[in-house]
Amino acid sequence: MMDPSAAAQPAHAMIELEDVTKVYRMGSVAVNALKGVSLRVDQGEFVAIMGASGSGKSTLMNIVGCLDLPTTGRYFLDGVDVRRLNDNQLAAIRNLKIGFVFQMFNLIPRATAVHNVEMPLIYAGLNSQRRQLAMAALDAVGLADRARHQPTELSGGQQQRVAIARALVTRPAILLADEPTGNLDSESSGEIMRLMVELNAQGHTIVLITHENDIAAFAKRVVRLRDGLVVADQTQQQRVEASA
Amino acid sequence: MKVVEALALALSGLNSNRLRSVLTMLGILIGVAAVILLVAVGNGASVQIQSQIQGLGSNLVYIYPANARGAGGVSQGFGSGQTLTQADVDALNDKTRAPDVVTAIPVSQASGIMVYQSQNWFASTSGSTQDFAQVRNYEVSTGAMFTDSDVRSAAKVVVIGETVVDNLFGGDPSSALDKTIKIQRQPFRVVGVFASKGSQGLGNQDNIAVVPITAAWSYLSGGRGKNISQIIIEAGSPDTVQPATSEATQVLLTQHKIGDPSLADFTTQSQQDILNSATQTTAIFTVVLGAIAGISLVVGGIGIMNIMLVTVTERTREIGIRKAIGARRSDVLLQFLIESMVLSGLGGVLGIIVGAGAAAWLDNAKIASGTFPPPVVSYPSVFLAFGVSVGIGLFFGIYPANRAAGLNPIEALRYE
Repeated sequence: MMDPSAAAQPAHAMIELEDVTKVYRMGSVAVNALKGVSLRVDQGEFVAIMGASGSGKSTLMNIVGCLDLPTTGRYFLDGVDVRRLNDNQLAAIRNLKIGFVFQMFNLIPRATAVHNVEMPLIYAGLNSQRRQLAMAALDAVGLADRARHQPTELSGGQQQRVAIARALVTRPAILLADEPTGNLDSESSGEIMRLMVELNAQGHTIVLITHENDIAAFAKRVVRLRDGLVVADQTQQQRVEASA
Repeated sequence: MKVVEALALALSGLNSNRLRSVLTMLGILIGVAAVILLVAVGNGASVQIQSQIQGLGSNLVYIYPANARGAGGVSQGFGSGQTLTQADVDALNDKTRAPDVVTAIPVSQASGIMVYQSQNWFASTSGSTQDFAQVRNYEVSTGAMFTDSDVRSAAKVVVIGETVVDNLFGGDPSSALDKTIKIQRQPFRVVGVFASKGSQGLGNQDNIAVVPITAAWSYLSGGRGKNISQIIIEAGSPDTVQPATSEATQVLLTQHKIGDPSLADFTTQSQQDILNSATQTTAIFTVVLGAIAGISLVVGGIGIMNIMLVTVTERTREIGIRKAIGARRSDVLLQFLIESMVLSGLGGVLGIIVGAGAAAWLDNAKIASGTFPPPVVSYPSVFLAFGVSVGIGLFFGIYPANRAAGLNPIEALRYE
């Protein structure tokens, strides 16, 4: 639980992007997906990154999630310069510091909910407390009673909650959610977003990628991307004032 | 990630596509079963030939007269010479001259027609001494071997094998005893019957009659006099076969007053020489059979590679998820390698069971008889087959597993 007074102190940066660019080569054509993005996300923040398709938000998510490396610029995750890391170290960062939640849920088929949740712990090399930690994470998303179910036996909302439990089980530095409600009905979407807000209130740092305003509205801060550049970076309060 | 977890992952992966896994395993199963069975057949032939050669007696050395040379040194063929004499046999039995020779016996071949009442039969008839049974490893089951005094007095007595009993006396050894049969129209009294040695492969060893060599010379030689067609010497143990052979060679060279060993008028051949050439032949046979079966193992391995490539493609998205949540390259590699090794190893174990089962069935069902020896499953071939099948999984799994491990997580996650 985060002490409200802690917000007043200068929090330690979880994500720090310094003039990050990303250039893809598609055959002979170079695509500038990111043209120099600087962004700082502190511990305990809940940031929504918004933008139309092609704005570079997926590229940004891949870089923030250490699935991809920037072409130029620097990225510090929890104080670590990611560009200096090799493949195995990046895998370890993804395993321990980042919790992914995807639009497609991306659970492993034919594996029970609890087995899906303990998967990151297997790759972390944890043996003894694996089951208990996985059950605790499932309990935290309210699905302890569905532990033995396979993904196909769960509703979309339940699957996404299992995915969130999997993302949280290693106690990562940030929870990275890419359109987590994109495949859900509005009722399930609301449930998932309320769960996110609750997790943020417990101290988890959350970066949410979405193109929907009403989903972004759950975040405390909204960053807008257009054509590979940050065009707006406002707290929720500033947004309210701006729209008023 | 630990191997145990990779194993559990592999098993659940295989379980999720049971029919495909079983069919893929079948390729390896058939290959391994074929290797086990065919090597067992080759091995069975080898074991049988070896036991037959051992059955001739143990630690024997055969001495044959050299090919006689006619005018101008033209060879007249193997064993055509008549250079061996009773004096040679006596010299070889002299412990001071050939200490490693336990017994030396002369053998004179005098095959001929045998008649008893209205029955007649053809068997190889040998003239030898009372030591023949011991040296050639025959047991007398009824009656007794003829004696030293029979040899000295050229008694017309004979000891016959079971096949002769079957054909002249309707298979009853006791009724043959003390009956007189005619060999080359000469009457011989049956004093003993040899126990059967089995009758496969190297000619029927039970179709035999043995008479005192003196009687053979007197009545059956057909005017060739005191002919000795071979001398058989017995050494005490496998280790003394070699010294016994050199001693015998030395004794005979002295007896025949030959200074240059290359001009010897006799040749020696140990049982080991015969065994070696037979073993070599059956080993080639076994290797050829195994190699043919091995081809089907390789085909099975290609099947595994094929299926693993399909599996990797199908599970691209799963691989992407695993990489996103922290699987290292080596974790993914291990998962798919173990999956293909479990596939081939399981196929190998089942193949061993099927192959060994088929070998046992061939043996029990008595299909193996006569010209087809009972298969003998060799334990090295079992371990080798298992090792090779796991190795095939490893070898043919490397490429698909490496492909899985090298997938870009972003693209893998986008894969539909």
